[in-house]
Amino acid sequence: MTINPDLQGRSYPAAEVYDVGREKIREFARAVKATHPAHFDVDAARGLGHPDLVAPPTFAIIIAQRADAQLIEDPEAGIDFSRVVHADQRFTHHRPIFAGDRLVAELHVDGVRAMGGGAMITTRSEIFALKDGDGREPVSTTKSSILVRGEGQ
Amino acid sequence: MSPTFEELSVGQDIGSRSIEVTRQDLVKYAGASGDFNPIHWNEAFATGVELPGVIAHGMFTMGAAVELVSDWAGDPAAVVDYQTRFTKPVLVTDTTGTGDAGAVIDVSGAVGALDADVRTARVDLTVVFDGQKVLVKAQALVRLA
Repeated sequence: MTINPDLQGRSYPAAEVYDVGREKIREFARAVKATHPAHFDVDAARGLGHPDLVAPPTFAIIIAQRADAQLIEDPEAGIDFSRVVHADQRFTHHRPIFAGDRLVAELHVDGVRAMGGGAMITTRSEIFALKDGDGREPVSTTKSSILVRGEGQ
Repeated sequence: MSPTFEELSVGQDIGSRSIEVTRQDLVKYAGASGDFNPIHWNEAFATGVELPGVIAHGMFTMGAAVELVSDWAGDPAAVVDYQTRFTKPVLVTDTTGTGDAGAVIDVSGAVGALDADVRTARVDLTVVFDGQKVLVKAQALVRLA
């Protein structure tokens, strides 16, 4: 299977809305063994000046990987998910993610580079919170590189 | 409790902790994150794609490691940027039913840089499993009061 080199520069527009729930923040926080009360206790989060529970720093991966799935599942991309290895990851938070946020992600394919029989693919998700009316507010930019291993790699 | 910018210096230690990981933790992370790649929970599948066994999600390790920084900062929202490269897999052995850890990840952090203009500290994390660094260039940028 070969990776389609024409993927570079491709974008996938914001699709479904992700509603950030309190229980999902608590579940994710427990899953990464976080114990800070701002993830669990609304009063503790408000005490720090936040409107509601604060998502852990890597919570945005849920939204980013949903956006990435559009690329990985795109038959034109030629990506075998079982041979995907996560190479690097970055989160830049323009503001924290809070319970009650309604988020959308735009996916951009920033780089495709052949490596051995496989390829390194760099994607970027621009995550926005929907505001009342038509507005949206930048929340996080996530960047990730995945290595699609070729046969025997 | 929370550190202020003025009291920090480059090289300062922010602490350390050990994270015990079991196969059940990986199943929990899969469910919480939505990443159900079977290399993180199925031995036969993992070895079938030439891995040494079931490995932790890189994002589990990245997410668990930053908790040291959130707790040090006093507010997880203070972490405004966080990045890493994943260099080695964390192999999690099957200890189901024993109460033992399947892997232990050691995390420590130090102040790597300070920016007085925007009052941020870059915390450099050292994340080690089985004597080897599993995250490289693991850096969290923290905004301070």
